[in-house]
Amino acid sequence: MSAGTLYDKVWDQHKVADLPNGQDQLFIGLHLIHEVTSPQPFSELRERGIEVPYPERNVATVDHIVPTQSEGRERPLADESAEGMLTALERNTDESDIQFYGLDSEKQGITHVVAPELGLTQPGMTVVCGDSHTATHGAFGSIAFGIGTSQVRDVLASQCVAADKADVRRIETEGRLGPGVHSKDLILKIIAELGVDGGVGYVYEYGGEAIRDLSMEERLAVCNMSIEGGARAGYINPDETTYEFLRGREFAPEGEAFEERKAYWESIRSDSDADYDDVVHLDVSDLEPMVTWGTNPGQAVGVSDPVPAPAELPEGKREAARTAQDHTGVEPGEPMAGYDIDVAFLGTCTNGRVSDFREAAAVLEGREVHDDVRALAVPGSQTVKSKLEAEGIDEVFREAGFDWREAGCSMCLAMNDDSLEGDERCASSSNRNYVGRQGSKDGRTVLMSPAMVAAAAVAGEVTDVREMEVDA
Amino acid sequence: MSGEGSESPRTDDVGVEEMKVRRVAGTGVPVRGDDIDTDQIIPARFLKTTTWEGLDEYAFYDARRDDDGERNDHPFNEYKGANVLVVNDNFGCGSSREHAPRALARWGVEAIVGESFAEIFADNCKSLGIPAATAEPETVAELQDFIEATPDAGIELDVDAETVTYDGKTVDVDIDEAMRGALVQGIWDTVALLRSKMDAIDGTAADLPYVESR
Repeated sequence: MSAGTLYDKVWDQHKVADLPNGQDQLFIGLHLIHEVTSPQPFSELRERGIEVPYPERNVATVDHIVPTQSEGRERPLADESAEGMLTALERNTDESDIQFYGLDSEKQGITHVVAPELGLTQPGMTVVCGDSHTATHGAFGSIAFGIGTSQVRDVLASQCVAADKADVRRIETEGRLGPGVHSKDLILKIIAELGVDGGVGYVYEYGGEAIRDLSMEERLAVCNMSIEGGARAGYINPDETTYEFLRGREFAPEGEAFEERKAYWESIRSDSDADYDDVVHLDVSDLEPMVTWGTNPGQAVGVSDPVPAPAELPEGKREAARTAQDHTGVEPGEPMAGYDIDVAFLGTCTNGRVSDFREAAAVLEGREVHDDVRALAVPGSQTVKSKLEAEGIDEVFREAGFDWREAGCSMCLAMNDDSLEGDERCASSSNRNYVGRQGSKDGRTVLMSPAMVAAAAVAGEVTDVREMEVDA
Repeated sequence: MSGEGSESPRTDDVGVEEMKVRRVAGTGVPVRGDDIDTDQIIPARFLKTTTWEGLDEYAFYDARRDDDGERNDHPFNEYKGANVLVVNDNFGCGSSREHAPRALARWGVEAIVGESFAEIFADNCKSLGIPAATAEPETVAELQDFIEATPDAGIELDVDAETVTYDGKTVDVDIDEAMRGALVQGIWDTVALLRSKMDAIDGTAADLPYVESR
């Protein structure tokens, strides 16, 4: 049981009722809406004559289908189906009196980048969205998880979901991350260790020294990929890093109200004697930059480690590894360092924040993208974009030879024009290396940190960024 | 505008009798492989829609085609008319897209038996009234072999009893308690159920420090 954990406390505060099938009815403090998983629910509410009871606890933006080239963002959008989805969201949010950050807003961006940076996500909330990367928001010490479209309908209709309480697994990191090693490497390591289905039935509570050291933006990247390890949610107990991040944000409380709220945030932290259903210890002091070699995010190794031969893997993983290696064309026994790259993609809800671009820019400063590589930098939100432009970081990217774009999900899943072609190989700061994920069924994705993407862009192959001279 | 004081009903009634899912009988379709993600079940480029129409065309779209675009021997090309999908470990992992089980359902799937399911996928199945039953790897393998050997043979999933009957024998499967409860009680369409507690919802909200009083 999970008595005394943040998960337990926040769940109990939001529990409305027991349902006849044994599930709990859970109040949702923040429902994030985007264009892909919301049109059908709004239609159904309209047909049933239901009004949204808590419109102020719902916030919408448009991210998956938006063009990232500024000239492509004129309305109507060239892609008719994309235009249809955007128009539907405009109408639906307008009719239901829900805040919408559309293409004409300077706050538009990826849902999971926008809500944290506006201070919408706060500790102790329940957060849902029709998107599996909702787990991101757990970085604030909230219970945040992705839901399906029917559940989006449920939340719009009742501000509640029917949910099962999960078990809580504490992931206790020991040691600190070395230079050039980032939170993306940490979460890829956790998934590689515990498996892509290791977290099914659990929420992950990340803690320990290495987690404590992380900035808020780095923590968001860790929680973001909880779902890639099978855990529907992951969270980090709130601390001074969390509170200082929130102070002054648009939707955060101000002045005395902030201090009062902070007392509440402190109260929901896991107790020192909390019960966990499982505890996993992970020493990260020797962790190196991680890269994937296969077609799921758990198929990852340190950049200088040999790619495993399928025969060395546990029996149940061999066939999948063989199929994956056929697809990616990696050599078992060889390290990923040296694997040729055609495309470099920087952005997404995992690594599309200001610090991600700063890390990459530090590598790119005074360097050029390799002749054989096309490189794309897509800020996670228009807010991120304008901050970086104010710092002159866009110039570093442009001068290095990156395309500097407007905010959106972009080539993470290629629902817009940004796509891999043929069997291109992509160094990507995104979260999924599934077959076909980046828009071409023969395309190959290698997941890595933003700094590693920048290094690969320059070298034209996977490269250990720690071997490059970088002015930090 | 809040719902408060509006003319829109804050609760509504739906008959549950016709929504009960107690058993699914028909023929099987085996799709082999662990960790089959929802990007494979329906690639993202087919999500650009504001309705659920036509999704059956896109179920396993890429996997069903050769490099030249011709249909291959994927089970979704070969087992038309089947309604019990039999899969392996961690089926439906990745993206939360409900388009995945919707596409399977529109193709004809009414029940799924597998070694294990990703959580959001299983929840989405429940929302659609599709039982997702888990079974031991050996049971799944035998069932897949049986279907491949005799594609027209009958298979029946009893949701209440948590069994699958085929080839003259009955084997045990597991259906998550919440899913089974929702299916056999006919309460998998949760809108009415959740809205019937509107006062309790308002009460819970009023006690939360971050929800403005209203």
